[in-house]
Amino acid sequence: MTKFGSSLQIGRRGFLAGSVALAGLSQMPRAAQAQPQKGGVFRLSVNQGGTSDTLNPAEASGSQQIMVGWALRNNLTEIGSDNKLKPELATSWSSDDAQTWVFKLRQGVTFHNGKSLAPEDVIASLDLHRGEESTSGAKSLLAGVENITADGSDTVVFSLSAPNADFPFILSDYHFQIMPVGADGALDMSGTGTGGYVLDSWKPGVKTVLKRNPDYWKEGAANFDTVEVLLISDSGAATTALVTGEIDAVQSAEYKTLGLLGRDKNVEIESISGGFHPTFAMQSSQAPFQDNNVRLALKYGVDREALVKQVLRGHGTVANDHPIAPSMPFYDASIEQRAYDPDKAKFHLKEAGLDSLSVSLSVSDSLFAGAVDAVTLYREHAAPAGLDVQVVREPGDGYWSDVWMKKPFFTSSWGARPVPDMIFATAYTGDWNESQFSNETFSQLMLAARSELDEGKRAQMYSDMQVILRDEGGSVIPFFRNFVYARRADVAHGEDVASNWALDGYKAIERWWKA
Amino acid sequence: MHYLLRLFVQRLALGLLTLFVVSLVIFLSIELLPGDVAQQVLGQSATPENLAAFRRELGLDQPAHTRYLSWLGGFLQGDLGNSLISGLPIKDLISERMYNTFFLAGFAAVISVPLAVLLGVIAALYRETFLDKSINVATLTAISVPEFFVGYILVWLFAVELGMFPSIANLSEDASLGDRIYRTFLPALTLTLIVTAHMMRMTRASLINLLALPFIEMAQLKGASQRRLIVIHALPNAIAPIVTVIAINLAYLIVGVVIVEVVFVYPGMGQLLVDSVAKRDFTVVQTACLLFAATYILFNLASDLISIASNPRLLHRK
Repeated sequence: MTKFGSSLQIGRRGFLAGSVALAGLSQMPRAAQAQPQKGGVFRLSVNQGGTSDTLNPAEASGSQQIMVGWALRNNLTEIGSDNKLKPELATSWSSDDAQTWVFKLRQGVTFHNGKSLAPEDVIASLDLHRGEESTSGAKSLLAGVENITADGSDTVVFSLSAPNADFPFILSDYHFQIMPVGADGALDMSGTGTGGYVLDSWKPGVKTVLKRNPDYWKEGAANFDTVEVLLISDSGAATTALVTGEIDAVQSAEYKTLGLLGRDKNVEIESISGGFHPTFAMQSSQAPFQDNNVRLALKYGVDREALVKQVLRGHGTVANDHPIAPSMPFYDASIEQRAYDPDKAKFHLKEAGLDSLSVSLSVSDSLFAGAVDAVTLYREHAAPAGLDVQVVREPGDGYWSDVWMKKPFFTSSWGARPVPDMIFATAYTGDWNESQFSNETFSQLMLAARSELDEGKRAQMYSDMQVILRDEGGSVIPFFRNFVYARRADVAHGEDVASNWALDGYKAIERWWKA
Repeated sequence: MHYLLRLFVQRLALGLLTLFVVSLVIFLSIELLPGDVAQQVLGQSATPENLAAFRRELGLDQPAHTRYLSWLGGFLQGDLGNSLISGLPIKDLISERMYNTFFLAGFAAVISVPLAVLLGVIAALYRETFLDKSINVATLTAISVPEFFVGYILVWLFAVELGMFPSIANLSEDASLGDRIYRTFLPALTLTLIVTAHMMRMTRASLINLLALPFIEMAQLKGASQRRLIVIHALPNAIAPIVTVIAINLAYLIVGVVIVEVVFVYPGMGQLLVDSVAKRDFTVVQTACLLFAATYILFNLASDLISIASNPRLLHRK
């Protein structure tokens, strides 16, 4: 974590390319001074969610649902604090062709209601996201799964319609929590799980109380006796509550008050570089964006360094018009970084046969803090190149249904994904291909990389795909934003902190402890 | 039939009609909002396929009038229905929130109403003196500042600097009454500061108006003291306008406090309503709005009845 007040150093860690490491990954030994202790109450404030949130993981979207879900339940696999894939309810997995995957289940794990974990629970929990009737937000992630079958009492076999070397990563998605099948054959979605905490009271939008599961199977995890998850949407209220000791951690700290917060010796601020990024997406199948020169002009017209400095106050890193962050596996650091260059932008505009171009860029502050500021600055950056970027401020309410993918040029935002394929497949092909990007080589590489088990060859393919998106993609991707959050100084965590989500990959409840 | 009873029944019937119209207006407004429940819940992860499945599951594929009539049918039989999203019965969802809202409103009213009337009487008694002006300046300042700002100032003073009260309500289920009062003191104080000025000014103005009337002059001439003049002679005649203003403010304390709820993270009806509108959870919005409308109607009715009882001439408008 970064200590504030003293320095503003960020992007502190480069992560090794994760491998689809198989069997027997054991928990890394923790540093001696960072020995977890049991006990205490942990009061956590989250800011995403509402009164109507349910415990159904198919509907999970905000931090309230995800963090409570992961306190109650486990997945087959998880992204560890070190950002590597770890076994969770599965102890090992293997595949010869990346198309048939065999997962061995952990033995001796029981749900809160006493039922032993069995393949039927896994199958039913994942079937929630499959099939015609499924309303799951993660339906498309499992679209390639043709069949899930049990093999004996400890093995589940997945047959995919096409190879996917990243399949074990997909199962770490927060939607795919494992729940028990009840006596009536129906899935028990009331909160019963194998997780480190048992649900005491669930009041979405207000307060959820969790009690430690004394029989938790995971070593050194679930350390607090009691956890309270509060939904505080007003960041002022959350910050004050942290300072006055009413709560122990906040999901998000506002840039404006970081300086003041950093001076409080009872509070620690963390700034973790991750993969969250905005995109300025163009409908690249329509005029004027179908001309790659126009797209390049708009990409050269943004001063990324200035945006990171002014909008993120330094809590981020510049991006290179592709969605692979430095913290992700297969990030290619050797690809040349695109710099702000109004002359080149002008040149590409001329190539497209234009002297100037006026476009409207839709944006809403509900996407991320500072979204409107970022677009407004972009307008200033682009002007010298003859680009007139009109800032269209849209209401946050209904943005995803009425603006996103409806307007010709709009701002969007994407959370971190553990592997390149998941963001490529989600945002650059299929239903959510927001920039209507289509490129034959890109599609072929994506499929080829999925079935390739040789890490070196995959790295080359993903590098090529990053270059294609950088040079031909329909999105301007200006920066990756850090997760900036804060905790009371008496709350401790291990040496590593995951960067896939805020609060240690949304698993602070399980991983942190009271010192 | 006693004229008050007749009035009560008439007005109640009118109120029910109003509620019906309100329900229609709310339904149409939600229909006009961009996006429906399915789109709001799925957000960025919506696909045509899971949207369709979601709509089928909730019956959103039915035409609008069918959905409204089936809701109305259930409502008239006392079935508030379930939340479209969480599937929980609305009765359970709302009852605790409603209790919280009434508790906070009641707490604020218990402080603010006597305080406002007392200040109003004092201001009228000592009108145009330094005391009167101080009361006016203080209450008007409080009402002129946005309520979230009043809230933040109180938090800064009482929670951060003095550490006397918690900055967020964070009520636990088994909190004792004393604990509840302690934890909701700052929001109640914020609300008090917001509503006092209005009621105080009305009390003062009505009293001063009355003081110019002949019967007050008469009392003055017979030698009644200033205090007796105001408390015994003027105040009972000023009840009608004062009660009207109190009723409006009490209704405001119940329906208009969402910003205070947000600042103090207080789980009341306002927050529930905002959440439900954002997600287009029509059944919850409808019930919450009808409760709010009913609150207004009942408070108005009560204030009219009290006004007319105190001054039957009001029944016969010229």
